[in-house]
Amino acid sequence: MKPPIFEYASPSTVAEAVSLLASRNGNAKVISGGQSLMPMLAFRLAAPELLVDIKHLKDLGAIRIGEDGVRLGAKVRWCDIERDARLTVSHPLLAEAIKHVAHYQIRNRGTVGGSVAHADPSAEMPGIAMTCDARMTIVGSAGTRVEAAADFFTGPLQTSLEPDEILTEVHLPAWPVSRRWAFLEFARRKGDFAMAGVALYYDLDGGRIVNAHVGAIGVADRPIRLTEVEAVLNGNKMSDKLIATASAKARQSVDPPTDIHAPGAYRAALIATLLGRGLKKSAA
Amino acid sequence: MQIEFNLNGQTVSAEVEPRTTLADCIRNNFGQTGTHLACEHGVCGACTVLVNGEAVRSCLLLAVQVQGDKVVTVEGLSGDELTPLQAAFRKHHALQCGFCTPGFITTAHALLSHEPDANEERIRDVLSGNLCRCSGYIPIVEAVLEARSSYRDSGSK
Amino acid sequence: MKVFNSYIGRPMERVEDLRLVRGRGTYVADVNRPNQLYAVILRSSTAHGIIKSIDSSEALALPGVHRVLTAKDLGSKVPVIPLRLQPLPQLETFHQPVLADKKVRYVGEPVAVVIAESAALAEDALEHIALEIEPLPAVATREQAEGKRSLVFEEHGSNVAITWKAFRGNVDEAFKTADYVRREKFRVQRHAAMFMEPRGFVAEWDEAAGKLTVWGAAKTPWHNRRTLAAQLGLPLEAVDLVEVDVGGGFGSRGEFYPEDYLIPAAARIVGRPVKWNEDRREHMMTANHAREMECDVEFACTRDGRFIGLRGQIWCDIGAYIRTNGSVGPRNIAQYMCGPYCMEHIDLKSSMLTTNKTPCGTYRGPGRYETDFVRERMIDLAAQDLKIDRLELRRRNLVADSQMPYPLPSITPYDSSTELDSGDYHAVFDRCLKEFGWEERSKLRGRLIDGYYHGLAIGSFIEGGAAGPKEEVRLVLETDGALSVYMGSSSVGQGLETIMAQIAADAMEMSYDKITIRHGSTSYVKDGYGAYHSRSTVMGGSAILVGAEKLKELIRKTAAERFGCKPEEVVIDGEQAGFGGNHLSFAGLSETPLEVEAEFFNKKYTWSYGTQAAHVAVDPGTGHVKVIDVTSVEDVGRMINPLTLHGQAIGSMVQGLGGAFLEHLVYDDEGQLLTGSFADYLLPSATDFPSVRSVTLELKPCPNNPLGAKGAGEGGLIPIGGLMANAVADALSHLNVQPMELPLSPPRIWQLVEKAEAARAKA
Repeated sequence: MKPPIFEYASPSTVAEAVSLLASRNGNAKVISGGQSLMPMLAFRLAAPELLVDIKHLKDLGAIRIGEDGVRLGAKVRWCDIERDARLTVSHPLLAEAIKHVAHYQIRNRGTVGGSVAHADPSAEMPGIAMTCDARMTIVGSAGTRVEAAADFFTGPLQTSLEPDEILTEVHLPAWPVSRRWAFLEFARRKGDFAMAGVALYYDLDGGRIVNAHVGAIGVADRPIRLTEVEAVLNGNKMSDKLIATASAKARQSVDPPTDIHAPGAYRAALIATLLGRGLKKSAA
Repeated sequence: MQIEFNLNGQTVSAEVEPRTTLADCIRNNFGQTGTHLACEHGVCGACTVLVNGEAVRSCLLLAVQVQGDKVVTVEGLSGDELTPLQAAFRKHHALQCGFCTPGFITTAHALLSHEPDANEERIRDVLSGNLCRCSGYIPIVEAVLEARSSYRDSGSK
Repeated sequence: MKVFNSYIGRPMERVEDLRLVRGRGTYVADVNRPNQLYAVILRSSTAHGIIKSIDSSEALALPGVHRVLTAKDLGSKVPVIPLRLQPLPQLETFHQPVLADKKVRYVGEPVAVVIAESAALAEDALEHIALEIEPLPAVATREQAEGKRSLVFEEHGSNVAITWKAFRGNVDEAFKTADYVRREKFRVQRHAAMFMEPRGFVAEWDEAAGKLTVWGAAKTPWHNRRTLAAQLGLPLEAVDLVEVDVGGGFGSRGEFYPEDYLIPAAARIVGRPVKWNEDRREHMMTANHAREMECDVEFACTRDGRFIGLRGQIWCDIGAYIRTNGSVGPRNIAQYMCGPYCMEHIDLKSSMLTTNKTPCGTYRGPGRYETDFVRERMIDLAAQDLKIDRLELRRRNLVADSQMPYPLPSITPYDSSTELDSGDYHAVFDRCLKEFGWEERSKLRGRLIDGYYHGLAIGSFIEGGAAGPKEEVRLVLETDGALSVYMGSSSVGQGLETIMAQIAADAMEMSYDKITIRHGSTSYVKDGYGAYHSRSTVMGGSAILVGAEKLKELIRKTAAERFGCKPEEVVIDGEQAGFGGNHLSFAGLSETPLEVEAEFFNKKYTWSYGTQAAHVAVDPGTGHVKVIDVTSVEDVGRMINPLTLHGQAIGSMVQGLGGAFLEHLVYDDEGQLLTGSFADYLLPSATDFPSVRSVTLELKPCPNNPLGAKGAGEGGLIPIGGLMANAVADALSHLNVQPMELPLSPPRIWQLVEKAEAARAKA
């Protein structure tokens, strides 16, 4: 399983990188950690003419935490998130979700930008981005733009990135300390892609749920928000009855595909189960 | 493309295609065949090497990406005598066919170098990224648990 | 024969480890020959079809591409792969040609061989070969196989290649009068050995010497040499197969595959060494698949729980061709379904169905894993129906020590009979209960704790070993007093070099450090057999004992000539030959090495046996099964090296757990293999089954070989499928969930729970 022939460049600036991408008319690809791209090259599912390695691009490897939230540079690796103790307070949902990503060796190389740009519907980082209304900073020949997660993920392994664009940052909004949250996924083995997973958070106003965000991975062709479930939750006090209603709504509101690992009905039931358990956990 | 990096303590250079993986470069350009290929798609861990002290899957890295870096393979972790980690593997019968073993050695070495107090759960967690078909993992975990003391005493080996 | 226990029985650290743990092993991918070229195989991506044309002209024009071989380059008749086991003439129809000739019959079937300057270039060239195949309807399910719409072998007229029959007693009579008969259907999924080192060969043809050397042999090098030499029209002595370090076999690696011919043939054709290394994607569609079976079986008992017998039909999906040992699994399912229990009446038919899938062969405990799943499930169901305790029901029927040797059912055609040799099955059963802590754990049965339902199960098993007909060794006492042992046994990672040195050291009363075991080159002995059916210890080890006696005779004779006495007057002690107060050291005893050849013949299988118990916890919401503990107690007669034996027991059990929960080679109805990588084929990892225990006993030695040993190493996985299914059923007994199919994947468990809850709601 040797990769097909390609050229390689490792530019020093974002502008150079964009220029290289633009020069190949859609036949160049960014390589970040390479943990998703390299297997695709090994299976010859991708055959770009040119790989543009962003390893030398300065400033894309930082985790910036401030009043406006958490800004993850595209080159931030899973091990960087794991080691950043600030995140347990600044974004506990992110910190928890990332614990489930892959394995030790992959976590030393895989990056936020790579994962989000790859947009696997079962991956944790796209799921967190979607759940948290992340805003993506994207640089291309036409300049810099910022896109909301809801518009960024457009289909299975598809994003709104143009061939000459590079994702440079994922910005998660500020996280109030009092926020309630949970992250639960079910995978066949540790580190496997989730069969389904739920990321949720909400705030409490006078004991009632407000601002509910419920995201799901593994149940559609992209990470999704379970807006109908959010509607069930908002304005209500947490209770066993509410959890049951929300879970039933979750099961109804998804239509997961069937594949060799599970029938769609299983994944729908699974997301409902995980949601129920997650809501219970968030209220504890 | 011309590349130059440090392999097991020596500066090496080679002319490689961009598509040559680090694993193939190590094995074919430099004859260090201790690093094994069992899947070539980043799941089994048999190809694990250390790049700048961190365990990585060498089948998921291009040789051209380690320009200027420090690469250590199982050969670089071996001497005339078995290291305490290797002796522990032998003592606990943590290998049968031996094909996955170099990947476990490099991974365990990286783990214990950074976390000499790793407990059993952490060890299992980290080793879950390496596949073994022969041993059932239990003796490997036992070996790594035993090897911890040598990493505590004198830091990374 | 005197066999001291100074080394035998000791948990000696392995000599192999010294190189393997430092990355200094030599596996076939590490072998390089000067001026070598690289081969990559073009494989069919159509499951069933007629080859219309192959156009390699574009590929040949690529830089670095030397040749593209197709069937027409292999002579007027494309060589086929003969059967090594049960080679019945009526099975010749199903022999696989080394390259697809007129038809392709499975996705992955070799169609052409590209030879180029590098593996990458050869792989590039694949995309430039125009292969035109006219598709035919695929046979991918039993229904399709039994229907006549599509035949994998038109000339055979059906997709049933052969039906084996296991029989004993008078089943129809016995079932007519039985108090209790239960009929059920079961399925086991297709999965495979999936050893970690992909297959490979390096072949070199020395034109001047007329000699072909092939590196990468394993398991049965002498048999493969005979096959290859015949196919190439070369004398036996012109072909040497060399076994280097081998990364696991489990019954699958080392059988003769198309590449065993193609790579050597390519080397002869291009006149340069040719190197081939399989990749994992290829491996999944080329190395033998195994275990896929369905059955419809009836189990009869008396009201007070005496087993009467089994009757039924088994269908084995064996893929597109019958491979070298493709019949073993299907036969074993029928012949050994009774296991270690008394069952007088057996009538089990096992049909091999050809389908458009990868051909099947043996995988550790072939047929035994599948058949124990069926039998142990039936026993638990009977226990439920008859309201007899599951433990008691088993105890009542286990073959007793006093009944040994106990004949097992016969099988036909290619008739074979065997008998259980020795064993105290009841003692081991009780020991297992104790080691496992059955009584204490029983308190948790059916209880819901932290969202998990708990369940237990127990099962007993037998493990056949030591297949004959023989094994060969050559012992050489070197002039410096060291001993070289050349063996017909093969290493697949099981610690041969250590274990055989232990046996040789004791047999020759020598220091272990003076002994080197050399294995796996066909030049080492005349006619070796190899590593299969858990035979190396018994067959290779016993051959060493025979050889040691012969060598000692030769030592006495040699020493006697120097002492001027009769050979029988010479005493061998401590690496010296002595007579009348004088001693001659082994070192320097003779000016030239002293060499003997020896054989050990065997017609009787050995039967290791044991009992396993399991404790699981099931989450009905996700369908996840946690294996809280699984404990095995096995009697192997005699342990040569407890360290390596224990390692195999644990490794085998974890493989079984992989088969019970995770592993599955999935095909769609068009014969497309959907499981193409380790992302989809799930192997156990270090976090999945942390609590696996095994105790090995030496209760009842084998009476049929001088070591008293029994083949062991497959037993660990044999009962696992049935055990886990029974444990899940026990955990979910409040819902009467009854798993009848493996694997016990989360979706399957969930579906069973949903169904059971819906049924309960209706009631």
